[in-house]
Amino acid sequence: MSGPASTPVSTPVSTATAPRAEAPAPGPPRRGRSRKGDRVLFAYTWLVLVWLFLPIAVMIVFGFNDTKSKSNVSWQGFTFKWWGRLGDYPELTGALWNSISIALIATAVTTALGTLMGIALGRYRFRGQGATNLVMFAAISSPELVMGTSLLSLFISMGVQTGYWTVVIAHVLFSVSFVAVTVRARVVGLDGSVEEAARDLGASTWITFWRVTFPMILPGVISGALLAFALSIDDFVITQFTSGTTTTFPLWIYGAVRIGVPPQVNILGTLIFAVGVAIAVINTVTSRRRT
Amino acid sequence: MRRKLAPYLLILPGGLWLVLFLVVPLVFMASVSTQEGDVVYGFVQTFHLANYTDALVQYKTQFLRSVGYGLAGTVAAIALAYPVAYWIAFKGGSRKSTYLLLVLLPFFVSFVLRTVSWKFLLADDGILLQPLKDAGMLPADFHILATSVAVIGGLTYCYMPFMILPIYVALERVDPRVVEAAHDLYATPRESFTKIVLPLSLPGVFAGVLMTFVPMTSDYVNAAILGGPANTMIGNIIQTEYLTNNNYPVGAALSFTLMAVMLVGIFVYARALGTENVLEAAAR
Repeated sequence: MSGPASTPVSTPVSTATAPRAEAPAPGPPRRGRSRKGDRVLFAYTWLVLVWLFLPIAVMIVFGFNDTKSKSNVSWQGFTFKWWGRLGDYPELTGALWNSISIALIATAVTTALGTLMGIALGRYRFRGQGATNLVMFAAISSPELVMGTSLLSLFISMGVQTGYWTVVIAHVLFSVSFVAVTVRARVVGLDGSVEEAARDLGASTWITFWRVTFPMILPGVISGALLAFALSIDDFVITQFTSGTTTTFPLWIYGAVRIGVPPQVNILGTLIFAVGVAIAVINTVTSRRRT
Repeated sequence: MRRKLAPYLLILPGGLWLVLFLVVPLVFMASVSTQEGDVVYGFVQTFHLANYTDALVQYKTQFLRSVGYGLAGTVAAIALAYPVAYWIAFKGGSRKSTYLLLVLLPFFVSFVLRTVSWKFLLADDGILLQPLKDAGMLPADFHILATSVAVIGGLTYCYMPFMILPIYVALERVDPRVVEAAHDLYATPRESFTKIVLPLSLPGVFAGVLMTFVPMTSDYVNAAILGGPANTMIGNIIQTEYLTNNNYPVGAALSFTLMAVMLVGIFVYARALGTENVLEAAAR
């Protein structure tokens, strides 16, 4: 994505060695009145960022709202009391556990299937590769609504009762291609001579895979798994069509909109957000160290 | 022999899953869409193609509205995302990845919860409107919820990263030396933008349009939470037919039509821009 294109022209000699992040990238318009343009752009960017964070801030702040009514809309004073009453809605707690356990199971299955696919696509040339890519592209780009309705059509036609396990099936379906693509990218970039060396030194295929190949593609597998987990725990549309009477965290919130969303939802949302942010930051920092 | 089989064995489990739960269900939905009957006495296959024409005649408004909202949301997303992506790519300096993380962070909160948060924010007596009403700056009956503005705003918000990221990637690839050359040849900043940077970044915009228009048009959560009865989109109709009315044939016919419209739209769009261009952009 980056490469020499983003290093400054003024120092052509050092392009190969200059750490590109340190270099002040010379943006296109940079003479005369462009300084004013820069300031406008800067302000615009921050306005958009504020807009992006506005609902998140509201979610976090209203978890501390001492609301008396069912609708948690207007500010009525600061309180910590909802933190002590997180379990007030057993159905909400149950829905959250459903979300987490579904995401864990779906991630495990997705990661296994997707990793195998990614290895096959990255390493081999075979008949049917184009068709596989096409189906994967379809899985990534088709509207969730179409996937949800067609899955429900299948389950109805086959007389399958929708519930917990049909949600797991659906979640594996929409995330497996993402894992396959992530792992494939990693496999394509592999140095084959390392595996060759292992085999020359007498390692069996099995040993070579687990001791050499797998550790090298592991970062791709981990980011694929994280992506699958994030997609699963956040999914609403396909889940609504395949869940029957099972409830997940997003489904419970959607159902509660009409009668009023309690502050507990804000707090649980804040906690999930915090965990996600922590993982993202750790991932960014460690990947920066790795490269 | 074993080596030849290896890729197929590796593909098999995942490939089977995709075929069984993505391709096969489409066949079943096609079949359901031409059935007749009801949920009590069961549905029978009668190849009743009138399901399609009936559904289209009845829900033409919602169809057109969905496409309109999708287009408006996509245009709004470009207008908001392009300058931000530009600023991060060219002025972000050493803090590029921090800015990108900032752009992505809000999307770590559940999609439904974010939309519900907007409902709080925009509520008639909520924290944005009530103070303005108290100050007499807005009439007491002013509202944003249950208008098309709320729904389009919600759609734009939900799919922002899918517009910012592809544009950013395209801008990041623009070779600064080309821009430098334009300056050396006495191009004004405006000329170097419209003649160099903008054309080079268009593949990113095309990819962004592809990644936002389709999900926006088929969305029903924003219309359900932020819209009112006058803002129903086709997704809401499909959801109601499937999950409330148990009228699967009509829901399936609408869903199939939606998919066909999207496919034709993508095809026409790809042809208009040159197929390779879009495929290349989509492949990124």
